[in-house]
Amino acid sequence: MKKTLTLLLSAGLVATATQAFSSPKEDLQHFRAYFEQRFPGVQLNDFSNGPYALDASKRLQWESMEEFPPYEEYVDKGREIWETPFKNGKSFASCFGKDPSKVRVKYPHWDSKTQQVVTLEGDINKCLKANGEKPFGWKKGKIAHLGAYLGYEARGQKTNVVIPNDPKALEAYEEGKHFFYAKRGQLNMACADCHVYYSGQRIRGNTLSAALGHTTHFPVFRAKWAKKGKGDGLGTLHRRYGGCNKQVRARPFKAQGKEYRNLEFFHTYMSNGLEINAPGYRE
Amino acid sequence: MTKFTQRLGGTTTVLALCAGLVFSAQASADDIAAGKKIAFDRKKGNCLACHQIEGGSLAGTIAPPLVGMKARFPDKAKLRAQIWDSTVANPNSIMPPMGRHKVLTEKEIDLVTDFIYSL
Repeated sequence: MKKTLTLLLSAGLVATATQAFSSPKEDLQHFRAYFEQRFPGVQLNDFSNGPYALDASKRLQWESMEEFPPYEEYVDKGREIWETPFKNGKSFASCFGKDPSKVRVKYPHWDSKTQQVVTLEGDINKCLKANGEKPFGWKKGKIAHLGAYLGYEARGQKTNVVIPNDPKALEAYEEGKHFFYAKRGQLNMACADCHVYYSGQRIRGNTLSAALGHTTHFPVFRAKWAKKGKGDGLGTLHRRYGGCNKQVRARPFKAQGKEYRNLEFFHTYMSNGLEINAPGYRE
Repeated sequence: MTKFTQRLGGTTTVLALCAGLVFSAQASADDIAAGKKIAFDRKKGNCLACHQIEGGSLAGTIAPPLVGMKARFPDKAKLRAQIWDSTVANPNSIMPPMGRHKVLTEKEIDLVTDFIYSL
C-alpha cells in the first residue's frame, strides 16, 4: 500500500515537473506575446527603451537627455581602455578579436568546457588576468566604461543568445528563469511581479518597465548612480540586479556569481531579436 | 414591574451592550492619525507606492484605490488579515505580507487597519 502510494505520488511529481518545463523557444514566444498584447501600440524594438516606451511624457524628457547623453564621455573612456596596450604589449583585441563591434553580441553564452554561463564582464577580467593585469571591479568604473564602448559599437545588432540543447545549459537557463519568477525578500516580490504583471503601471511616481528589452541597454547610465558617493552614473547589469534585490529587501547575490549569471542568461534570451542600444540613459 | 417593562428593560440592556461594543470597535481619532502616519511612511507601510489614498500624493497605480473600505470589508478582522498577509487570499499577490514578514509590528498593523478602515 505504502509503496503504491509513493509510486503514485512520485508519478504525480514527475507529471507536474514535466508540465512545468517548456522549451526556451516556447518561453520566448509566450514572453513576447504577453507584452505585445499588453502594449498593443508599442513596436517590438521599442521595448528596449524601457519605461520610455510606455510613458509618453517621460519619453519626451528622456529624448531631450539623449540629445547630449551624459554617458558619451564614458564611451570614449571605454575606447581608450580598449585601445591602450597592457604592460605585456598585448591588448583586449588579443582576447576578443580586432573588431570591437563584434564582441557584445556574443554575450552571455554557454561555455561547454567550463559548463557555465560566460558574461562579457567575466571575459574582460579573465583577459586582464591572463595578461598579468589587475582585474576591474565588477559593478562600475572601468568595466562599465569598456562595456559601454563595446555596447555602443554593437548598436543596432540584434540580441542573439543561444541556449544549446545541453542538459547543463538548460539547467542554467531554468535556474535563471526560476530566479526571475520566484518571490524573494521581506517585500516578497519577484522580478516578474513588477516587470511582467504590473509593467507599465506606476509604483509611486515611477513607471515600471517591461522585462522585454531590459538587457539591451546595459551598461546603463542612471542619474541615481551619478549622485555623490554612488559613482559616475554608469553601472553593469549585475549592479542593477543587486539594487533590485535590495529594493525588495532581499540580500543581493554577488555580482558575476552563478545566480546572476544564470539570470542574465534567461533574461537576455527573452530579449532575443531586439537591437542592442547600450549604453542607455535612465532616471 | 410588568412583564412588558421587564422585557423592555432587557432589550435596553442588550442595546446598551451592543452600543458599547460598537463604540469599542471604533478607533479613536488619535489611532487613525497614527495609522495614517505609518501607512504613508515610505519605510513603514508605504501604501501609497501602490494604492491611491485620500490625502496622499503621487500614489502608484498598481493596486485598487483605498476607498469605501467599510463596504468592501464589512468585517474589519478580514481587512486586518489582508494587510497581515495578502498571499493567503491570493498566493500571487504583489502586496508585501506586512505581518507575516514583519514589515510592520502587530501594533502598527492594528493602527494601519484603523486608518484604512476609516477611508
